[in-house]
Parts: sequence; structure tokens; C-alpha cells
Amino acid sequence: MNLYAIGAIYRFEMARTRRTWMQSIVSPVLSTTLYFVVFGAAIGARMTTIDGVAYGAFIVPGLMMLMLLTQSVSNAAIGIYFPRFSGTIYEVLSAPASAFEIVLGYVGAAASKSIGLGLIILATSALFVPLHIAHPLWMLAFLVLTAVSFSLLGFIIGIWADGIDKLQVVPLLIITPLTFLGGTFYSTSLLPPFWRTVTLFNPLVYLISGFRWSFFELADVNIEVSVAVILLFLAVCMAIVWWIFKTGYRLKT
Amino acid sequence: MTSAISVSHLNKTYASGFVALKDINLEIRHGEIFALLGPNGAGKTTLIGIICGIVNPTSGSVTVNGHDIIANYRAARSLIGLVPQELSTDMFSSPWTTTSFSRGLFGRPPNPAYLQKVLSELSLWDRKDNKIATLSGGMKRRLMIAKALSHEPRILFLDEPTAGVDVELRKGMWEMVRTLRQSGVTIILTTHYIEEAEQMADRIGVINKGELILVEEKAELMRKLGKKQLTLELREPIAAIPPELAKHKLTLADDGAKLVYTYDTRAERTGITSLIDDLQAAGVRFKDLSTTESSLEDIFVGLVRQQQ
Repeated sequence: MNLYAIGAIYRFEMARTRRTWMQSIVSPVLSTTLYFVVFGAAIGARMTTIDGVAYGAFIVPGLMMLMLLTQSVSNAAIGIYFPRFSGTIYEVLSAPASAFEIVLGYVGAAASKSIGLGLIILATSALFVPLHIAHPLWMLAFLVLTAVSFSLLGFIIGIWADGIDKLQVVPLLIITPLTFLGGTFYSTSLLPPFWRTVTLFNPLVYLISGFRWSFFELADVNIEVSVAVILLFLAVCMAIVWWIFKTGYRLKT
Repeated sequence: MTSAISVSHLNKTYASGFVALKDINLEIRHGEIFALLGPNGAGKTTLIGIICGIVNPTSGSVTVNGHDIIANYRAARSLIGLVPQELSTDMFSSPWTTTSFSRGLFGRPPNPAYLQKVLSELSLWDRKDNKIATLSGGMKRRLMIAKALSHEPRILFLDEPTAGVDVELRKGMWEMVRTLRQSGVTIILTTHYIEEAEQMADRIGVINKGELILVEEKAELMRKLGKKQLTLELREPIAAIPPELAKHKLTLADDGAKLVYTYDTRAERTGITSLIDDLQAAGVRFKDLSTTESSLEDIFVGLVRQQQ
């Protein structure tokens, strides 16, 4: 195992975050806080509780998940896209490092950043609403599994993208809408039966539901199903990354 | 003794169908400076890319110090340092962070003293904390070399290392390459500056259209393929070469003021004595004479033209 290579990539990526801390840390925390204040204040004034949980507290897991998904994808996508774009990828490809070690460096850094941001948002939320986490270990497990899975997705997008615009397509046009429609700000049990069934085809419903369960023991879908969905998604992403390195897709000619 | 690099029946065809390398066989010896010459698109960078793990070979095999580049890629790659043609580095980092990154990437523990030595030798130490974007072109080029040397490689690939570099800096780099060789590093360089190969290389390989046309000791190559020319400066210009001198295949130069005789240095007889006798018999007198040897560039151009 080339631990020095993993460490070098990880430190390089974390240094990039420090260099761009306004964009990497302040901006997502600020926008999530604004969501929290606007939605919490506007809707929370009319809808005081959902299933016995104060609305302001109810949306915290959803907001954390929204940020976690978009940031994981963006961080990992930019992390691998930039060396491809600038040509510095030659060094990573010519290094005595396995695909697993390279991915661990990039995805580990992207996931670390997202988890850190998630925890910052959690701490910020605690300033506005009283929070009680029923299953902290499950909460952390969901946080880590989601961050890793979506960082892997971001890594795949960063390899696939042949232009800056494509980097934004998946986070903006797919992840964000699916998160909004996946119960970030509401319980899917509030929807009419038809739309409730439709939302079950949205994979993010399972992630948000599971994450919310770890906070309040409230879930739109069974917790085991949520865990199974996230593990399945992780396995699919790992298989795609494995294929990318095996074939050299968009990395080697 | 195992070669530093051994390339056997290597072929590369890109997805577009373009055949970049055709059955390349090559042995690079330990501690030598090997220059790979070839026109643009000849396959030099593809060959280097395959050896370094950046390009997938279509068929054939490559070993580095006996380690197969695919089956035993870790051992093979850890021995290699690559200076690519392009100035590809993160412009927002500093020389210190980027060389530390390169060292770690190649599996070496931190060694600030060694990195300081490399950066100092390349006159980059006093700029070690500056943003790379603020460095001059020459400094960036030297930084690419520092990155390649950061993990103490035993084999160094220099792909067009002095392209766009001024004469002063180029000579400095040649000096550095010689010093590296003295420390036992094997150096493979590709270059457009034939003078560079002529100055530095022990052996020369010429590649054209994906084929390795020849691999030869530099001195032997110049001896075998080099030609000498004898130029005679005439007392009186002549309009045409007298028929009695036809057998010498002379050419007229400078509006008839000079006669040029080309001869083979390896031939048993150069034909110079006979030429001078015939000149006297024909009444052609000369006031001065000089000889010139063909350069590596002449040989290279000749070889490539011959293949075309």
C-alpha cells in the first residue's frame, strides 16, 4: 500500500479547500443557513410540527443531506477534473499507486470536506433550534456512507466531463431537484398517495429518510431499506470506478 | 546484466486507428544518455507514455530494471522520473508544496533536506514559497525537472526538456543532465534540437512514423553515416565543371568560385590525390581548401528523407 501517495493526494486536495475557503466552506454554510432561516421561518410559522417534531428541527437532516450530496459531488468532480484539464494528471497516472489508492486520496478528501461541512451546519442549526439526535452513531454512519458514495459519483462525473459545464449538470440538474423532491423540507407522508408512490422511485428519499430517522426516529421508508439503498449505490459507484481504471476511460489513451 | 529499460515488440494503435508505434524493440543501458530523435508525430511521446504508465500499449512488453511495467508497475514506476513536454503543474501551489507532493506520490517519505538540495541546484530555492503562476517560463521548466527528481529516480525521461528555453538556460540544463548521469542516473531524452543530442547523448535512436529506424552509438553513427566535404576555393571562377573531372562528381558553388567534393571517410581511398592530379591536368587552380564533416542533423534529415 502506497500510504505516502494517498497522503499526498489527500493533503493536496485539503490544501485546495483551504486556499478556496470562501467558496468551499463559507458559501455552502451560508446558503444552507439561509435555507434554514427562510424555510424554517416562513413555513415553520404555519406548520409548527411534523409528526411531533418542530418544523425547524425537522428540516435540519434534509438540509444537511442537501449540502452533503451537492458538495460531495462537486468537490470530488473538481478534484479529479482539474488535473485532467490542466494536464497534471500525468503525474498521478505515472506514480506507483494503485487505482484504489488514487481514489482513496481524492474521494477521501472530498468526503472529509463534506462531512466537515455537514457537522458545521449541524452545529449552526443547533444555534437556531433545539436538536436531539436519537442515534448519533447511525447519524455518523449515514453521513460517512453518503459522503463517500456521492464523492465516488463526483469522481465519476469528473472523469466523464469534458468541459466545465458538464461538471455542473449532474449536481444542478439531477441531485438538487431530486433532493428537493425527496423530502428535504417535508415528510413524503404528507403527499397524496399517487405522488407518494412516485417519490419512492427517487433514491434520495431513502437517504434523507434514513438520515432523518437517526435524528428523530421518524422515517418515510423502512430504515433497513434506506441502508440497503445507500450500500447498493456505493457498490454501483465502486464498480464504475473500477471499470474506469481497468479500461483507462478518459484517463489513458 | 539487466537493461535499465527493455522494450520488446511494442505496438500501439489508438482508438482512432492511428498506428503510433510499430514493433519497437529497444534496450537502454544503465547509466547512459540515450537521445530519441524523430520528427513531430513520430511516436516519441507515445513510447515514453507507455513506459511511464500514461498510455496503454496495444501489444508487446516493457521492463524497467527487470520489472514488467504492468505486472510489477510499482517497482517499475518508482524508478522513473518524467519531465513531460508541457508545463503541467498546479499554478496555485508553490515549488515546495508541488515537489513535496510529487515525492509523496511516488511513495517516498518526506525528506526536506533532499528537496532543498534539488531546488537549490535548479536555482529555485529562493522562490520555493512563491506561487508557481508567478514564476518565469524557464523557472517553470526547471520546476518540472525538480518534480521529476523529487523521488530520487534512477531513470529520468526528459521529453523535449529545452523546448522554448533560452541558450543560457539550455546549457545549464545540459550541465545538470551530465551531473545526473555522473551520479548513475540513466537519461532518455527526446529533442528537436539535434545539437542537444550531439552534445550529450551516448547513443541515438531515430524514430519515424512509429518505427525505430536505427539505434547506434553516437560516434559510430556519425562515422558510418557522416560524410566529409572538401571545398576548393578557385583562383578564377569557372562556368562549368570540365568533362575530365566528371568522375569525381563535383558540384559548383558560389557562382563557380568553389568546387565541392564529397567523400566517404570509411572508404579505402578518399580520392583526394586523384582529384588534385586531375584538377592540375585540367588547368583548374585553387587558392585555398577546407574540409567539413556532416552534423548529426544532416544524418537525421537524411535518414528521415530516405524513409519517406
